[in-house]
Amino acid sequence: MDFFLQLLINGLCLGFLYGLSAMGFVMIFKSSSVLNFAHGELIALGAFLFLALVTWAGIPIPISFLLTLAVCFCFGFIVERFFLRPLIGEPLIFVIMLTVGLASMFKGLMLLIWGGNLHTYPDILPASLAIQLGPVTIPPVYIASLVIGLIFLSLFGLFFKYSSQGIYMRSVADNQRAALSLGVHVKRVFALSWAIASLVAGMSGIVLGIINGINVHNLSGIGLKVFPVVILGGLDSIGGAIIGGLIIGLLESFTGGYISTSLSEVVPFIVLVFILLIKPYGLFGLVEIERV
Amino acid sequence: MEKTLLQLNNISVVYSDVIQVLKGVSLAVEKNHIVSLIGSNGAGKTTTLKAISGLLKPENGKVTDGTIIYEARTVQNQSPETITRLGIIQVLEGRQPFKYLTIEENLRVGTATKWGEPYKKDLDIVYHYFPALIPRRKSLAGYCSGGELQMLVMGRALMAHPKLLLLDEPSLGLAPLVVKEIFRIIKRINEEQGSTIILVEQNARMALQIAHYGYVMENGKIVMEGRATELAANPDIKEFYLGMGVSGDMKSYKDVKSYKRRKRWL
Ligand SMILES: Nc1ncnc2c1ncn2[C@@H]1O[C@H](COP(=O)(O)OP(=O)(O)OP(=O)(O)O)[C@@H](O)[C@H]1O
Ligand SMILES: [Mg+2]
Repeated sequence: MDFFLQLLINGLCLGFLYGLSAMGFVMIFKSSSVLNFAHGELIALGAFLFLALVTWAGIPIPISFLLTLAVCFCFGFIVERFFLRPLIGEPLIFVIMLTVGLASMFKGLMLLIWGGNLHTYPDILPASLAIQLGPVTIPPVYIASLVIGLIFLSLFGLFFKYSSQGIYMRSVADNQRAALSLGVHVKRVFALSWAIASLVAGMSGIVLGIINGINVHNLSGIGLKVFPVVILGGLDSIGGAIIGGLIIGLLESFTGGYISTSLSEVVPFIVLVFILLIKPYGLFGLVEIERV
Repeated sequence: MEKTLLQLNNISVVYSDVIQVLKGVSLAVEKNHIVSLIGSNGAGKTTTLKAISGLLKPENGKVTDGTIIYEARTVQNQSPETITRLGIIQVLEGRQPFKYLTIEENLRVGTATKWGEPYKKDLDIVYHYFPALIPRRKSLAGYCSGGELQMLVMGRALMAHPKLLLLDEPSLGLAPLVVKEIFRIIKRINEEQGSTIILVEQNARMALQIAHYGYVMENGKIVMEGRATELAANPDIKEFYLGMGVSGDMKSYKDVKSYKRRKRWL
């Protein structure tokens, strides 16, 4: 029973992080129909940036955390501005190839600077953050990831629901032509969705780095897991991304615990294939409103 | 010429570099007027509006010849972001709501040209013109009726306080009573908000009733123009666009049918 609880909590936390990073991916797709194959690299970048700030620059942890997020945000903005924007209006395959190219470039740069070894953060979370849940101890990092994740989720929820800029972003995802006709700065919306996606990716990178250690290959590999997550949740559903993430995280954790660790890496992709066969629009894909 | 707000001088529009749709269109719009643009399907009415609002660009269209002058500046081939900020807002054909946004959120998108400014008062103005929207504020636009949607998209444009409002077939597919209501509101907006309006319509009778001036378009050219009352009295217009006379009945009926068919694919 303890073991089960442990796996459950493990899976939920991992899944939550997957879901959050998938959310960024979905956001870019919804606003500009771009599939971002460099998402895993954005995750890794956040983790390494935080590492550099904490260990090399010796900046206090909370400040490093915020600074990393800010830099990731700007980085996403810049990537859109200089790489994606010139390709607006070009066939989608060019844009996808561009993101694949960006992925290799970022990965190469990170390998160049940090190498392919496993790095770890110094102990940055106080042990007092751990929570005793019956017989199981939940380690501080899981508590932290849940708290941070929930904070982000509610902030974004509020942003998209109530702020003007959030509503403009949703309008572009909904009907780009109508948004243009009302003067919505569509390109700015694209840039903003890249910035936000990159920020969220960076945040998940930091937390995943605390849990599993920081390694270019592992972290950028998580970018691939975004695919089963978003296919499961529906490519265009932000809520679906979170739930898809939770399902994949739990599956992974339980397969790893009860069957075999090597299988746990494969399970998400087996699920992916099945979902594509049974429900190609995902469990929560938008059902087109047909009226009008 | 002080009173002219917008002037098209002999413009040509080409889509995808090869398909020429407008072949030398000239028209002038006076401040505070309602100008209606009528013509059969495929005449190029929508294209004319898009040339003005800058929405040709995303469709790979271009003004290749001629000039568009708005408030003494040339605006042809500018981006929609720029043109909307000059006060020109187009209400698209076929309504185009943001289906997954609520009515009120739809209206808030109309503030995009004035981001950061308070908008509560503008919402009140829109609800004042379209009280039918008030009880639907919180519901998704995707589930609204055609009449409500037409009010919604016009209200959405009104949020931007347009100096020049371009309306593309507002009466399309609406019941006669609703059409009447919509046209009454267009007239009021023109008089009370001081918006100049270009009204593209299939429903020529209604359009000429509220317009000051009218243009008739065929095959990418203006074939006739005049004060609305004169046009409405013109025998040719009567036959072809107002559906009076024997052959006119047949023609307009067929038009309406093929028109509907085309709309489904859009
Ligand atoms: N994006 C486009 N690319 C190529 N041709 C186009 C495009 N948009 C419109 N056309 C063509 O231009 C012509 C005029 O179209 P337009 O939509 O301006 O007509 P309209 O007068 O608004 O007709 P309707 O009353 O049916 O709306 C049509 O023959 C149409 O096929
Ligand atoms: Mg048209």
